Amino acid sequence: MSSSLALDQVTVTGRLEAVTAKLNRGGIKAICGPNGAGKSTLLSVLAGLLAPDAGCVRLGAAQVDRLPAAERARQLGYLPQAPEIAWDVSVETLVSLGRLPWRGAPASEAQGAIDAAIAAMDLERFRHRPVTRLSGGERARALMARVLATRPDWLLADEPLANLDLAHAATLMRRFREQAQEGRGVVLVLHDLATAMNHADRVLVLHHGRLVADGPPGHALSESVIREVWGVEARWLGEPGARALAIG
Amino acid sequence: MTRKPTLLLVCALALAVPLSLLAGRVWIDPFDPQTRNAAVILLQLRLPRAVLALIVGGGLGTAGAAMQGYLRNPLADPGLFGVSSGAALGAVLSFWTGYAASVYLLPVFALIGAGGAMALLALIAGRDGGVALFTLAGLMIASLAGALMSLAISLSPTPFAMSEIVTWLMGALADRSWREVWIAAPLTLAGVAVLALVARSLDALTLGEAAARSLGVEPRRLQALMIVGVGLTVGASVAVAGIIGFVGLIVPHLMRPLTDRRPSSLLLPSALAGALLLLLADVLCRILPLAGGELRLGIALSLIGAPFFLHLLLKMRRGSV
Repeated sequence: MSSSLALDQVTVTGRLEAVTAKLNRGGIKAICGPNGAGKSTLLSVLAGLLAPDAGCVRLGAAQVDRLPAAERARQLGYLPQAPEIAWDVSVETLVSLGRLPWRGAPASEAQGAIDAAIAAMDLERFRHRPVTRLSGGERARALMARVLATRPDWLLADEPLANLDLAHAATLMRRFREQAQEGRGVVLVLHDLATAMNHADRVLVLHHGRLVADGPPGHALSESVIREVWGVEARWLGEPGARALAIG
Repeated sequence: MTRKPTLLLVCALALAVPLSLLAGRVWIDPFDPQTRNAAVILLQLRLPRAVLALIVGGGLGTAGAAMQGYLRNPLADPGLFGVSSGAALGAVLSFWTGYAASVYLLPVFALIGAGGAMALLALIAGRDGGVALFTLAGLMIASLAGALMSLAISLSPTPFAMSEIVTWLMGALADRSWREVWIAAPLTLAGVAVLALVARSLDALTLGEAAARSLGVEPRRLQALMIVGVGLTVGASVAVAGIIGFVGLIVPHLMRPLTDRRPSSLLLPSALAGALLLLLADVLCRILPLAGGELRLGIALSLIGAPFFLHLLLKMRRGSV
């Protein structure tokens, strides 16, 4: 039940180099790094969508890229960067797509999961609304609800806060926190270091495909790490939990 | 939500099929059994033709809905695959070589052409399972087959063969018999069954390729099944009826707003509506008085389809599809 995700010397030629880390469920993990550092690649590897050229990813005892596709899909929920929705489906239909890996499960169970996901993302009012008539923030929540409807052990999201305004980003982070408190593993690729600093329990910093820092945010995103990895002089301001980054 | 349009379409078909049998150059009055040769006209001419319209229309409608779902594009058409061009090329070669004189060999040639196009498509695109390479490969095959067809026409051994080819390419259900039904029915049914198998994967693709894979879709398996499913339905339809365009494009469009818009909910209504559209269009071709024979079905559908396509493009520009 408490299956952890373990990266062992994971290498993807030209993108990741010998990344080793063990992620336990509960708590929010953030993957940070400059553009091109390998953040999305690492998340794809964790999600079992990309097989590493060397090393392996284990979910509990099983190797992720060797799991049967449906089994993997039931355990690892993945939200890609800039997700698309090809057809103008309703929110409820969109969320129901999260049940696809559970072929053969009773309909009542499916409906229960869909309802719970819609409630968890506070989308009750939009249940029957076509997705093209949602705001960016509502759409992001609907896509998140789709991942939740699968009831995965892990939520892996690639820059889920991109293009969201402050209020919607804060709401979504709160939802991620709730999911982590329920015992799910939450791994987010985050561009905004202040968000990672304030909301993550553990931060993994990638630089040129290597894991250069891994630990609590105060340690992994220290001013010296930021100087070394991002190449900017930066200073953390404010209190823990409400920090802001001053650059220059 | 899909139950209602499905039910309506079934009722419409239940009405349209018997009525279509009565219409034609000779109108048959069901209350006046005096019409000469009524039984022969009904059982040997019109019934196979109606059944063929249902099979071909149903197949093309399903293939179109599946293609649009697979390519995540409302402008996709089964013709994009290159399979119909491959089948047409096969048929043209049967005219060219004279084998078309044997009634069984024309569809066999067409099916070989379709199979060749499918194999080529799988060979080029099958490695990575991606949609972009696949679309380009399909377009390449379609244009190559089109060029070879033109070459064959321009080098026709006799003017008669040339006129045969050109007429055949226009697509029609005229003068078809039970023989064509027996060729098309099993292949189309098999193709539709394969497409029904991938319906859930097509739903997952609504969220894009990466998310679909994370939901357990295996892209290479999906692509292989798409090639087989569309190849069988479209190949069979070209083999017995020639090239009939626009059904696979228009029908899923008309049906989509009546469903919850998931690709899987669209397959059955598109099959039924495709069958209905082709049946009605074929009746129209039969009863329109035209000097020198009847209107070709392929032409009639393109005449309806082209303005519809334009309407669709304009609507998409306004962002309301």
